[in-house]
Amino acid sequence: MTFVAGINEQKIMGNNTCFHCGLDATSSTITFDDKSFCCNGCKTVYEIFSVNDLTCYYDLQQAPGATPKDIEGKYNFLDNAKIVEQLLEFNNDTTQIVTLYIPHIHCSSCIWILENLNKLNPAISTSIVNFGKKNVRVSFNSESLTLKNLVALLSSIGYEPFISLDDYSIGKKHVDRSLIYKLGIAGFAFGNVMFLSFPEYFQVDGFWIEKYKPLFRWLMFFFSLPVVFYSAQDYFISAFKGLRSKILNIDVPIALGVLVLFVRSSAEIIFDAGSGFFDSLTGLIFFLLLGKFFQQKTYTFLSFERDYKSYFPIGITKITTEGTEESVQVYDIEKGDRLLIRNEELIPVDCILIKGTARIDYSFVTGESKTVSKQSGDKLFAGGKQLEGSIEVDVLKSVEQSYLTQLWSNDVFKKDKELSFTNITNSISKRFTIVILLIALIATTFWLLTDSSKALNVFTSVLIIACPCAIALSAPFTFGNILRILGKKKCYLKNASVIEQLAKINTIIFDKTGTITANKETSINYEGSELSLDEETLLKSTLRGSNHPLSRSLYSILNKHDILTLDTYEEFLGKGIEAKYKGHNIKIGSAPFVGHTTETTTLNTAVHISTNNKYKGKFTFYNTYRKGISQLFNTLKKEYDLVILSGDNAGEKDNLTKLLPTKTKLLFNQKPEDKLEYIKYHQNEGANVLMIGDGLNDAGALAQSNVGIAISENVNVFSPACDAILDASKFNQLFNYIKISKSAIKIIKWSFLLSFIYNSIGLYFAVTGQLEPVVAAILMPLSSISIVAFTTIATNILGKKLN
Amino acid sequence: MSVIYILLAISIIVAVSFFIAFIIAVKKGQYDDSYTPSVRMLFEDELVKDNSKKTILTKKD
Repeated sequence: MTFVAGINEQKIMGNNTCFHCGLDATSSTITFDDKSFCCNGCKTVYEIFSVNDLTCYYDLQQAPGATPKDIEGKYNFLDNAKIVEQLLEFNNDTTQIVTLYIPHIHCSSCIWILENLNKLNPAISTSIVNFGKKNVRVSFNSESLTLKNLVALLSSIGYEPFISLDDYSIGKKHVDRSLIYKLGIAGFAFGNVMFLSFPEYFQVDGFWIEKYKPLFRWLMFFFSLPVVFYSAQDYFISAFKGLRSKILNIDVPIALGVLVLFVRSSAEIIFDAGSGFFDSLTGLIFFLLLGKFFQQKTYTFLSFERDYKSYFPIGITKITTEGTEESVQVYDIEKGDRLLIRNEELIPVDCILIKGTARIDYSFVTGESKTVSKQSGDKLFAGGKQLEGSIEVDVLKSVEQSYLTQLWSNDVFKKDKELSFTNITNSISKRFTIVILLIALIATTFWLLTDSSKALNVFTSVLIIACPCAIALSAPFTFGNILRILGKKKCYLKNASVIEQLAKINTIIFDKTGTITANKETSINYEGSELSLDEETLLKSTLRGSNHPLSRSLYSILNKHDILTLDTYEEFLGKGIEAKYKGHNIKIGSAPFVGHTTETTTLNTAVHISTNNKYKGKFTFYNTYRKGISQLFNTLKKEYDLVILSGDNAGEKDNLTKLLPTKTKLLFNQKPEDKLEYIKYHQNEGANVLMIGDGLNDAGALAQSNVGIAISENVNVFSPACDAILDASKFNQLFNYIKISKSAIKIIKWSFLLSFIYNSIGLYFAVTGQLEPVVAAILMPLSSISIVAFTTIATNILGKKLN
Repeated sequence: MSVIYILLAISIIVAVSFFIAFIIAVKKGQYDDSYTPSVRMLFEDELVKDNSKKTILTKKD
């Protein structure tokens, strides 16, 4: 992140961008303090900041702000004490603490202004930003400021918090820091034991070492206790679980090695037979935990576990039978309730539209960004966002039973993908463990027959030296590094096992809308009789007044014309627009609205035009496919089966068959459950499926597939539960990302070979009964460090190639 | 020679106290956010400059 570098940059303010948010301000005439603003909202925020001596906000980063949105009534649910109580992290008589997620946090200015909230309102005592998690933790005096007012304050300066159903039990979240503790303890003990072992490494004979030897050894023993019994406990637990379900996972030989190391070392110092292997023991656990820590790359600003709860509202306005408005918790909504859905609010349940005109954006659900208009009496599905004024609806189903949310009751969401497959380390460990036990037994029998005093020594030595530290380290370090490399390339993986799964893929399934098509762009074609210059001018002037997304897209592609002042202008919701200028009449909208009855069957979205009651033609909106899609499919088809599963109608079928390789299967009109079942069926046939989708309707398919990748235009906004989130701009790199995961598996196999060489050297010492603590203490870190170096260098070379 | 006991005792006490400091730091959540503090520490300078800069910024002609 490079924004800090911008702090001392000379401020070059163009006259045509908004000083606050950086948007185009050419057409606006709003200026204040010699600075231009795109709208009054931005100006107001600037005024707030300048009155409170907070203009430093603009020094840290150029145009860092966001236009504040109108939130009138949106947070009324924060009047409900029960809801507020659930959101608060801490609450006593006067002080309340709340952590709010603010999606707009993106730069140092954001951190600065949010940590100076106390200058805006003295009731706020402290506010601390966590940039990675994009949240701010605010402590405030509840006597002079309510949570609702705090949210309103944040919204008024353009930092509107995002409160979803997911936050409903925020106070009870537990942070697991045990790995850091374990690693700290192991590192601490490792260093001290190493230091205490030094005198004996150099074998200084004589009075001095003889006198202090027991003290040093017992100190080492005590240092190793917390390491074995606390830091290493996960390995014992996992090994025990593995054995119980009859699986020889990698933790079995590790646990065995640790146990033998500890018992033999303790026995040695108790009977004064030697110095033990405490140095190797603590070092081994330290390195293993380090690998675990490294692999645990998490993207705190992303969430891979999101379901509908992450973006459903907590509270909604209910209209009681007496006609009064009341905020209720979403879970308390019952069938038959009358709800009020305000502008920009999400519909939380399936319902029937009663009053008002709905224009619903289902992009969360389907990935389709075009809005749908509904009339009263129409059924509305949960998950849509109302975009135009308020509506009143009657509830048909409760939250859990709604069409969309029902998908989450499918068993597939309860399954942990990571547990259901054997990873590469465990699959090798099975053979490895058996071989090691065989070697140990053969060597011990041999020594029992020749020199029985050495037999026990040899047996334990073999188990110690064979402890597969290097093997256990190769996968975490390779995968950890690949995770970071892909993260830089805007492909965010949930965890390391995704890489392994990705390498095994043989079938790739794509969703259509929002996945292989771009959300932001559409291409528009005109069919019909040519429009005269006057008509085109009139059309452009008419569209100018409309806020409908289709009008906006159409407006932006038409040539520049002088804007006329229309005589009359009327917008018919859900139908179209009618305008008059000097006796010329124009109608823009749906086919029946413009009087075009001979509707040709078209499945694409179209806007029809008629002037002076004469039908002229239509503008058809086609999806634009992402750049490089054809090329990507052609590279992929050589190695994978390709399928497109679309929830839409077959309107784009011809386009797709032209664009994609002939082998690609195309299926349309697929419901969310159909997609899930389709994948399940093919998995039973032996396919390893990679599902690429974007909307909530793909959530089931993403969960069912071996690897589910969510495509996202903006990774911070929303993506359904998945294994990886891929930035839409990197979509054409998909093949390279799959390739890199395959190479990662190769690297791991090579490092396994490398660690076998070390193990064989060690086994030579062990089997011949000459394993000295110093040999183990050299061999163990040497093998671990060289494996780490090898995998790091190899993966970095892979990363370089990716450019 | 028994000075070695004193030295050992001191070294272990020092080591353990650093270790305890580490545990307390983790417990307080210092390791939870590894990014924001790196930005936050740069703000002190900005705040000092605030007064002098403000006059330029909010200058009215």
